[in-house]
Amino acid sequence: MKANHSSVSVALAGSGGAGVMTAGNMLLEAAAAAGYYGLMTRTSGPQIRGGEAAAMVRVSTFATDAQDDRFQVLAAIDWQNVNRFATELPLGPESILIGDQAHGEPPEVFTKTGARYFPVPLKQLAGQVQGGWPNMIALGVLAGLMGLPAQALEAAINKAMKKGVEAGIAAAKLGLAQAANLDGFKLKEIPAKSSRWLITGNEAAGYGALRGGVRFVAAYPITPATELLEWLSPALTKVGGTLVQAEDELASINMALGASYGGVPALTATSGPGLSLMIEALGLGVTAEVPVVVVDVMRTGPSTGIATKSEQADLNIALYGLHGDAPHIVIAPNSLSDCVAATEWAVGLAESLQVPAIVLSDQYFGQARAVVDVPAFEKKSFHRAKANSNGQPYKRYALTDSGVSPMAIPGTPGITYTADGLEHNERGTPSSQSGDHLAQMEKRARKISQLDPGDAWASIEGEGDVALLTFGSCTGPAREAFARARAEGFDARLVSLRMLAPAQPAKLKQALAGVKRVLVLEQNHSGQFLRYLRSEYELPGEVKSLRRPGPLPFRPEEIYREIVRP
Amino acid sequence: MSKPAKKASGEEAYADFMSRAYTMELEAIERYAQFADALDTHNNPEVAGLFRKLSAIESLHAKRILAEMRWPSLPALPAAYAWESVEGPETAPFDAVHYLMQPYHALEIALRCEQQARKYYEDIAAGSAPKRVKAAAKEMAAEEASHVALIQDWMKKVPQPAPGWDEDPDPPRMNE
Amino acid sequence: MNAPITSPALTAKDFKSDYKPVWCPGCGDYSVLTAVTKALAMLELRPENVAVVSGIGCSSRIPAYTTCYGFHGVHGRSLPAGTGLKVARPDLTVLVASGDGDGYSIGGNHFLHACRRNVDLTYIVMDNHVYGMTKGQPSPTTEPDWSSKLAPGGTGVREFHPLVIALASGANFIARAFSGDPNGVAALIVEAVRHPGFSFVEVLSPCVTFRPEQRGWKESARPAPVAYTDDPARAARRLMTDDGFNIGVLYKGRRAPFAGLPAAPTHSLADLEGGFRL
Repeated sequence: MKANHSSVSVALAGSGGAGVMTAGNMLLEAAAAAGYYGLMTRTSGPQIRGGEAAAMVRVSTFATDAQDDRFQVLAAIDWQNVNRFATELPLGPESILIGDQAHGEPPEVFTKTGARYFPVPLKQLAGQVQGGWPNMIALGVLAGLMGLPAQALEAAINKAMKKGVEAGIAAAKLGLAQAANLDGFKLKEIPAKSSRWLITGNEAAGYGALRGGVRFVAAYPITPATELLEWLSPALTKVGGTLVQAEDELASINMALGASYGGVPALTATSGPGLSLMIEALGLGVTAEVPVVVVDVMRTGPSTGIATKSEQADLNIALYGLHGDAPHIVIAPNSLSDCVAATEWAVGLAESLQVPAIVLSDQYFGQARAVVDVPAFEKKSFHRAKANSNGQPYKRYALTDSGVSPMAIPGTPGITYTADGLEHNERGTPSSQSGDHLAQMEKRARKISQLDPGDAWASIEGEGDVALLTFGSCTGPAREAFARARAEGFDARLVSLRMLAPAQPAKLKQALAGVKRVLVLEQNHSGQFLRYLRSEYELPGEVKSLRRPGPLPFRPEEIYREIVRP
Repeated sequence: MSKPAKKASGEEAYADFMSRAYTMELEAIERYAQFADALDTHNNPEVAGLFRKLSAIESLHAKRILAEMRWPSLPALPAAYAWESVEGPETAPFDAVHYLMQPYHALEIALRCEQQARKYYEDIAAGSAPKRVKAAAKEMAAEEASHVALIQDWMKKVPQPAPGWDEDPDPPRMNE
Repeated sequence: MNAPITSPALTAKDFKSDYKPVWCPGCGDYSVLTAVTKALAMLELRPENVAVVSGIGCSSRIPAYTTCYGFHGVHGRSLPAGTGLKVARPDLTVLVASGDGDGYSIGGNHFLHACRRNVDLTYIVMDNHVYGMTKGQPSPTTEPDWSSKLAPGGTGVREFHPLVIALASGANFIARAFSGDPNGVAALIVEAVRHPGFSFVEVLSPCVTFRPEQRGWKESARPAPVAYTDDPARAARRLMTDDGFNIGVLYKGRRAPFAGLPAAPTHSLADLEGGFRL
C-alpha cells in the first residue's frame, strides 16, 4: 500500500450510544498529532438522544475546510437508518464500507455505488478488551486505513478520554491491526508542521469577538449558534466580561444595545429565526447610532427549516431586512478560520462607525472542527470615538464630514443626551422635520459609504478570463476546485466577498477587469447572492448561477467542471 | 415636618413655620411654571402667560420670606416634605389643566389655591402655636386674603367660558 | 443663622431638561417626571451617573425630559435595554420607565424575566389603563367593559394584575404610587432605588384625554392600611385581594441581585488561545 494520498475522507456512523462523535473527534486529534490538517463535520437524525449520527472526518496534507467529492471509507458501528445520510455520504467504486456483520449488511444505497464491503467484527473485538468499546475499534481501523501512526492515536486518546484510557488504547490498537489486512488510503508524509489550532467556526467567531473587544454578550439558545455562546460564557468571565442568557432574541439584541450604549462593546449570536426577531432593534442601532454585532450562524430556512443544516439563505434579510433606509454592515467570513478575523473586523467596524454589523457565518463553519494554521491578525485596531465636555452644548448627532460623531458614554459629565429611535436633530432631540430627517439619513449613509475596507473586502485569487464570485462557506470547495484547475494549467479568478454591505462596486469592477465569463456560486434556492450582485455591481460577460439550497454542500468536482468548461 | 415640633422654642417654631411657608410658595411657583410650559407646548400662549404671571407673583412672596428670615439663598425643597394634604395648600393638582382652557379657568385654579392657603394660615393663627407663629400666620392669612380678592377682581375682567369650551372637532393624534 | 433646610448638591430642577413634554396638559406623567427629578435630588445623585431607559408610548418619552443619560428604544424592550446597561455598567443608577401597553403587553415577557433575574434597577410603570400614543385602545390593565373603537362594548377580557405577576415572578420590591401625590411618588422611587435588586413601582397615572373618568382616582387612592411585608406568601394574599388603590411599599424581598460585569479580567486573550493550540 503506497502512501500517495494527499486527502482521505472517512465517515463513522452509528446509533446513539455508539460514540461515533467521540471517536470522530479522536481521529481528528490523532491526525493533528501526526501533523496533518483535518476537518470534522457531523450529521445526525432529529432525535435528541439515541438517533443515528455520522462523524465525517477529512484528513489532508493541505489546509482545507471543504468536504471532498467522495468518502473513501464509510464505517458503521451499526447500520440503523444510516441510509438516511446517503446524499451526504457520497461514495464511489474506490470507496470501502466497514461494518460489523453482527449488525447486518450495509444498506443497498451504499453498496450500489460500487463501494467494496469489508466486514470487521467490531463488537466481538471490543469484547476482547476489558472495558473496550466498538467505536474505539472503529477508530483504530480508520486511523490504520489512513496510515496514522499508533503514537498519534495514543496521544489523541490520552488527550480526549477522562477514564478508561488504557482500554481505549488497547481497543484502538486491535482496530489498527485489522486495518493492516485491508487496502487502505495511506496519506503522504507531511512536510514541516506549521503552528496550528484545532477550532470550530463557532469558537473562532467567539474568539474574534473577544479580540474585537466585546465584553458583553446577551443571547438566547438556538441551533447552530449555541456552541458559540457556550464557548463565550466562561471565556468572557475570564477577560472581564459577562454573558446574560436572555428570555428571547428580542431581549438579547436589546440587552446588547443597552450594554453598548453604556460603552461596553456588545454582541449577540443567533440563527435565522432569531435574526428575524432582532431586526427591529437593529434599526434602532442604526438610528440611535449604537454599535452592536450579531453573528448569524445560518441554517436552512425559512421558519424552523432544517435547524441542524447549513444554507446561505439569510443574505436577503441581513442586507435588506431592516425597515426604513438603514445603512449597516454585513460581513461574511470565507473560511472556518476567517471566522476569527471577520468577527473581529465586524466588531471594529461597528464600534468605529457606531452602527450594527451582522456577521454571516453558517452551520457548516459553526459546527465544523478543523486543524487550521494560526491566522495572521491585522495590527490595525478600531475604536469608538468618545466625547468629553468642552463647555459647549453637546451635539450627539453632529453632522460631521465622516458622518461619525463622538459618543457620550454614561458617567461622563456635562454631555448627557438621550439615544433615540425617533428621528432627531443634531442634539438628539426628536424631530419630524424633513430637513433633520434628510441630514441625519445622509450622515448615517455617509459613514458607511465612505468606509474604505482596503483589501479586506474580498479574497481575490488567480488570473484569467473566467471568474467565480462567491461568499462564505462556498469558498472552501471553490478554492479546492481552483487548485485542481490550476494543477492542470487552467487559471481563473476566484473572488470571495467578505464585505457584503456596504457593497464595493469600484473594487469588484477592478477585480473583474477583462473577465468574459462569471460564475456565481451560492447555497440557496433563489439566487440571493446573484440578485444582490446584479443590483449593486456590474457583472461583465456571460453570467451563470451555480446554486442549490442547503443542506448539501458544494463539492470541488462540480465547481471544477464549471470553471474549466469551454 | 408636617407639624411644628411640639416642644420647640418660639424661635425654632417660627423658623420651621417660615420654612414651610417658603416651601409652599416654591411648590406653587414650580407648578404654575409647569402649567405655563405645558400650555406653551400646546399652543395656548394666553393661558401660558397667565400661569407665568401667577408663578411670578408667588416668587415675590417667596423672596419676601427669604428677606424676612435673612436666609442667604433659595434653599432647595426639603426631602420628602409631607403636607397634610397630598401637596402644599397653594399647589394646584397636575390634572387641573386642559389644553383648551381659558384665562378664566386658570384664575379659578388660582382662586382655589389662594383660598386654601388663606385657610391654612387662618387655621394656624387660630390654633395653639407659639405667639410669634400665630402672629406671622395671621399676617400671611391677610396676604393670602388680599390675593383672593385680587384674583376675584381679575376674574371679573376676563370673559366667562361658553359651554362646550373644551370641544375639539378633531380627534387626538396618533404619534407613534 | 438658623437655616432649617439643608441644601443637597443638586435640586430637582437640575434633573429637568429644557425639552418640554408633549404630554397632554393634565396628564399624570407630568407628576411622575417631577417625582423622578425630586427623587434623584433626594438620592444626591448626579445626572451623568443616572440612566433613564424607556420603550415606546406616552410614558416612554420621559428620558429626554431629564438631564440624565437617556435611552428611548423600541416598543416593549425597555427592560432588556436597561438590563444590558446595568449589567454592563453596575456603577450607574438605572431607571426603566414604561407604560401599561409597553410594559405589560408587548413587553410582558421581559417583565416576568426581569423580575426573576433581579438586576438592581428600578422599573417605573405609568399605568393609565389605555394606549394613549395610538389613540385610546384597551391595554392589558383596561377594565373588560371599557368600550373603545377597537373593542366596542369592551374587550370582555379580564385585567392583568401587574403587582401579583411581579411578586410571583420574583421582583424584590413592589410598590404602588399615585401621580396625584408627586411627593409620595418621589418618596417611593427613592425607596425603590435604595432597595437592592429589581424594584417595581407601579404608578397610577391618569389619562385625561382618553380616560377622563380617571380623575376620580384621587378619591380612591389611599395609603395601604398595613406596612409592607417581606413574606411573599403574605404579600400574595394582600395583593390578590387588593382593589388596586392601596398606595405605598407593599413588598420588600431579600433576594441577592444579579451580578454585573466582573471588576477585572483574570486571563489574557493569549490564555484563551491556549484552548485551541495544538
